[in-house]
Amino acid sequence: MTLLRTRVRRLAEAATTPLVPADFFDLFAPLRRGAELRGRIEQVRAETKDAATLVIRPGADWAGHVPGQYVRIGIDVDGVRQWRAYSLTHGPLADGRISITVKAVPDGLVSHHLVHRTHPGTLVHLEQAAGDFVLPPSGGRFLFVTAGSGITPVIGMLRNLFPSTDEGVLRPTRSARHDVVVVHVAPSRPDSIFIRDLEALDRAGAIRLVSRYDDVHGVLDIDELPALVPDLVERRTLACGPAGLLDALQGFLDGKGLELLTEQFRTARVEPGEGGTVSFADGRSVTADGSTPILDAAEDAGVLMPSGCRMGICYGCVLPMTEGSVRDLRNGEITTAVPGESGAIKIQTCIHAAAGACQLDHS
Amino acid sequence: MTVIQKKADNPIAHLSREDIEQIGVELDAIRQEVVDSRGAKDAAYIRRVIKTQRSVELGSRAVLLFSAFPPAWVLGTAGLSLSKILDNMEIGHNILHGQWDWMRDPKIHSTTWDWDHATPAEQWKRSHNELHHTYTNVIGKDNDLGYGIMRVDEDQPWVPRYLIQPVWNFINACVFEYGIAAYDLELGVVLRKKDTKNPVFRANLKKVLGKIRKQATKDYVVHPLLSIPTGSFVSTLLANATANVVRNLWAHSVIMCGHFPEGVETFEKRSIDGETKGDWYVRQMLGSANISGSKLMHIMTGNLSHQVEHHLFPDLPSNRYGEIAPKVQALFEKYGLNYCARPLVPQVYSAWHRVVRLSLPNDWLDSTTRENLPEQLVKLYKMVTGTPRERRAIQVSLTRAARARRARSDEVLAA
Repeated sequence: MTLLRTRVRRLAEAATTPLVPADFFDLFAPLRRGAELRGRIEQVRAETKDAATLVIRPGADWAGHVPGQYVRIGIDVDGVRQWRAYSLTHGPLADGRISITVKAVPDGLVSHHLVHRTHPGTLVHLEQAAGDFVLPPSGGRFLFVTAGSGITPVIGMLRNLFPSTDEGVLRPTRSARHDVVVVHVAPSRPDSIFIRDLEALDRAGAIRLVSRYDDVHGVLDIDELPALVPDLVERRTLACGPAGLLDALQGFLDGKGLELLTEQFRTARVEPGEGGTVSFADGRSVTADGSTPILDAAEDAGVLMPSGCRMGICYGCVLPMTEGSVRDLRNGEITTAVPGESGAIKIQTCIHAAAGACQLDHS
Repeated sequence: MTVIQKKADNPIAHLSREDIEQIGVELDAIRQEVVDSRGAKDAAYIRRVIKTQRSVELGSRAVLLFSAFPPAWVLGTAGLSLSKILDNMEIGHNILHGQWDWMRDPKIHSTTWDWDHATPAEQWKRSHNELHHTYTNVIGKDNDLGYGIMRVDEDQPWVPRYLIQPVWNFINACVFEYGIAAYDLELGVVLRKKDTKNPVFRANLKKVLGKIRKQATKDYVVHPLLSIPTGSFVSTLLANATANVVRNLWAHSVIMCGHFPEGVETFEKRSIDGETKGDWYVRQMLGSANISGSKLMHIMTGNLSHQVEHHLFPDLPSNRYGEIAPKVQALFEKYGLNYCARPLVPQVYSAWHRVVRLSLPNDWLDSTTRENLPEQLVKLYKMVTGTPRERRAIQVSLTRAARARRARSDEVLAA
């Protein structure tokens, strides 16, 4: 049987070369088993004025997730492939669809596209769910501290603990051992994604919700936390929100000898500069100024580089840049590779100069 | 044709250094406009073309499973020819140029793409993107001019074997993909230098043969075998062969139109020493020719019908060449340069005319009329059979006759 299957596969490959059979199957069934993992956006639902939930039909090989985990999604924005990670926010869904909830952040190329410009029917690329920001199934006493869109991994956990139905919030026996307090921080109530879900869970007695709105209560001071959650020390704290809040919380809990589990998606960005250190996969590095092509700088330092026309037309010199920024010497345009977001970007080394430290996958 | 530097009326003599640099600045601005506006529409375009090509190929190959039935053969062969042309021209050629690298789609990328062609993408990219596009129309540098196998310039001394070059050119057109593979291997040079043991050549040759074997297995073994149930083995094999020849003839015609028609300039090797970006642009402007026509024609030629625009900006998405063509043409006019564009048939005729003209001794065609044809044929016969010395003597008389004829027609024009 395996032999027959191998032979059929070989025959199909011989009949489609230089393409592969999958290139043709993808025309009809991009979500089939065995295909690259993709998903089709089936619904875009506004949550607040700048946040939306995207309901996605994942490909047949989607392996499921543990509530609290995120999924990396690859989407073309203005024709350019971009990757971002978003928490999975759906509760138990019988139809196998998944959902992510996105808040359009300032200057957020991808988040703006997903919230405001994405239409049902769009195909996206997916990776399997990942992340260890999850609840232990054995239960316990927990404190969630969430700020802004930091609620997204938490709502995923809560919806699975306490599914919401037409008859109200369910409290299945598997969730009986979970005692949850949520401290949710947001600029205002209308800005809070999922606030109605949280309030419904609170009313049903499934969780205790402490909402803190900047416009009502002022900006939260971490030292107020013990007053808001008196049994703080008996709880395991999980937090998701901006770096400032997480750092303050970490400092506060460290002082009490308590642990903190966090989730954060926004990667720190380095502003592009003039020139920088170009590092190669084998550990060598070359210092290049802002007006010398990386190709020339590397060759001068004795690195063997692929090359061609040396004027930007032949693409014989392209190398993957895994991290960092480069500047196109012809028009000043900056290209930045961010691990986990852009993926490695193949750049023409003959017309790009270093614009800060950058890492090339070449040895 | 004579290299631009030796021409009596050098078409760039009127350009100052400042003019040339200004042309560069203005062309850079045209390029930047397209770079700034590249986006979702362009990405959708190339994906649509790829999807169309794959659907047409799949459909045609399915129809050809019944190719013993003549209408199925005709339909399937036409579809397969179309899909092979799209694969090579608008899709393969342009993706391998890096025109779509900006999308960061790992599948539609110059470093990962492969095409339905005898030459492996890697080798073609070097000989085409790097050598041909950098050294366009420089005699001795740009092998695309074909002087390795043909006489393409009056300055190449005529010898009798050039008489068969039109036939040779036609044969090359029929098997063009293998011609390109041999050309990317620099097979001619390797054979001449008896360098066949060279390990780099050996490695490349192995890759080419591997690619050819795979392509041939698909077209001439697997597809015909799958057609056996309907008794269509032979007809499917013939359909594949026909589609390959159609694609080869088409690609050859389009490529001949790019740099061969009358009116396209060639350049001396030493003229590119110290060449600036402006000089390079001007060389591309004068070294390429366009085919005017409908949108469908542009797609079928892979937008190489916009050869001038393609050579100025080889890495801009092909679907945008049409839009910048009027701006580029206006720039030609502003600087008094010749924008060489004709419809397909005249352009192919012009290219073939040059092949035929150069297969004959210089000025033979120019000095031949219906009346003097018999004596001209005698002269040609004597040039073929005579000694080099006799050949030179006849050549002098041919040149003199052609010059006299040109002078007469100038007088007629003046009168």
